Amino acid sequence: MTARLVLGAAVVAVALAPLVAPTYHVLLMLPFMAYAVVLLGLNLLFGYAGLLSFGHALFIGIGAYAGAFLTGPLKVRSLEVILLAAGGLGALVAAPVAALCVRYVKIYFGMLTLAFGMVFYTFVLKFYRLTGGDEGLPFLRPALLGWSLEAMPKTDYLVGPYYYYSLAVLSVAALCMWRIVHSPFGLCLKTIRDNPAKAESLGIDVTRYRWLAFMLSAVYAAVGGALLGPPTGNVDPTLLYWTHSGNIVFMTLLGGFASFFGPVLGAFVFIYLQNWVMSVVPYWRLVFGAILAALVILAPGGLMGLAARRRRPGRLSGA
Amino acid sequence: MQKIFNLACGSFYALGAYVGVSAVSWYTSAGGPAALFVLPLALAGLAVGAIGFVVERGLLRFVYDRDETFQLLLTFAVVLMMEDAIRLTWGTSPQSTSALYLTYGQVRVLGATAPVYNLIVIAASLVIALLIGGLLTRTTFGRIIRAAADNREMVEALGVDLRRVYARVFTLGTALGTLGGALVIPATAAMSEMGIELIVEAFAVVVIGGLGSMRGAFVGALVVGVLRAIAISVYPELEMLLIYLIVIAVLVLRPRGLFGGAAA
Repeated sequence: MTARLVLGAAVVAVALAPLVAPTYHVLLMLPFMAYAVVLLGLNLLFGYAGLLSFGHALFIGIGAYAGAFLTGPLKVRSLEVILLAAGGLGALVAAPVAALCVRYVKIYFGMLTLAFGMVFYTFVLKFYRLTGGDEGLPFLRPALLGWSLEAMPKTDYLVGPYYYYSLAVLSVAALCMWRIVHSPFGLCLKTIRDNPAKAESLGIDVTRYRWLAFMLSAVYAAVGGALLGPPTGNVDPTLLYWTHSGNIVFMTLLGGFASFFGPVLGAFVFIYLQNWVMSVVPYWRLVFGAILAALVILAPGGLMGLAARRRRPGRLSGA
Repeated sequence: MQKIFNLACGSFYALGAYVGVSAVSWYTSAGGPAALFVLPLALAGLAVGAIGFVVERGLLRFVYDRDETFQLLLTFAVVLMMEDAIRLTWGTSPQSTSALYLTYGQVRVLGATAPVYNLIVIAASLVIALLIGGLLTRTTFGRIIRAAADNREMVEALGVDLRRVYARVFTLGTALGTLGGALVIPATAAMSEMGIELIVEAFAVVVIGGLGSMRGAFVGALVVGVLRAIAISVYPELEMLLIYLIVIAVLVLRPRGLFGGAAA
């Protein structure tokens, strides 16, 4: 019951933020919501299926570049079409990648996803004519629900219509993911994570379920990636670099991969903390590296794990 | 050997490079003869390998009995910290000692011109490879390392203090990484991104060669180096792409690498 109250309060706070909070903070919420969509997907793979991907920036990049292509050369401005296309393209690329990766688990899986991520990174970097090389591509302002909002000043557009559009996408994504993890499919994934041999003997097609989880997480990452484009107005290859994959894994761990909303909280804390640390010292990686090390060693359950341990003393959290 | 996939090895390499630059510039300003600049370079590279001991004792030892993914994340944390630590110490502009690169002149080998320094580095890497090979196969310490890679509990039951072994192995690995970084410096420049870039290459080398196989790592390095050279001269866009495609092919077809043993 408390959890529902907290969730409700959080949703209300996010919905009211553009009305009360300073514009600057509202703008910070946009990447948060985009990353939250990515992390909901990533956590299906990591938290529920037990597979740690170090290459999910690949799908963020695919979503973002798909959006840039559609708004630019292809002159498609509808964000609904862009999100669908991003998800579709993500699935298309993920199908063979996932089929190869899910044959392995643990560290081999992480390495293989990292290798695939870097293949696409170098592709984007080197094929200058198609992708703009290291300069990237512009992501023109998309129309929302058929309304072209070209005339609006950029900030008004972002803190107004685009903010609520992102929030709606995030809510739909969260609801769908909630249904997925509480379906028999989600339960099967957890069984596979905890005991693959037993799952196999119960008649679960382990490889097929892992493949499906990978596909879903790739689609989520691509949709989230497409949402990342409009606030900055351009996309560049660093979106696909392996350290970006590392950062989203960091967000997941920061919030706590053992709980459904943990990664969303992680994205929120990561973005605000990064913003704050960068305003104090330019060396945010030093601080964040130390935080990550402390998390891994002392609190592998993340912030949600710490909260749970507080409520139920004596019981070990997470993992 | 320790079954740690160390994302931070590239950062150690970068650190070695920067320390190498500093050591050499200090050496030349102190008036040392230019012909001997390799000595302070190599010594600095080796000495800074001590950071490996700090990282192992301070961080990694806490997660040996946890899931491997946590080790991966912990080394990623080291990557983040080292990148900024390097920026903090040496600034963001590339550092180099290029003036010393051609101190030893050039020679013609097989019709191509090569700086003598490159030959020195090649010779040094061969010597190091042989030394490591000897250490692993012919000394007690090497036998313990290999035994620990196969069966930790058994080794501990036989009375070996594995904590010390791990600390030493990790420090040795780090020192080799920093030495490599220091040695490459006269030929190029130290940049803060070099570590993050190297890691994917090193990873390619290890995967192609086979995890836990020293011979494999050596062959893998040759394969990657030669292929890169060929790709650059034939079709530059494909340079790194080709390497990753080979990595994927190897992982898919022979997940243990070309020289990987049965155990993995």
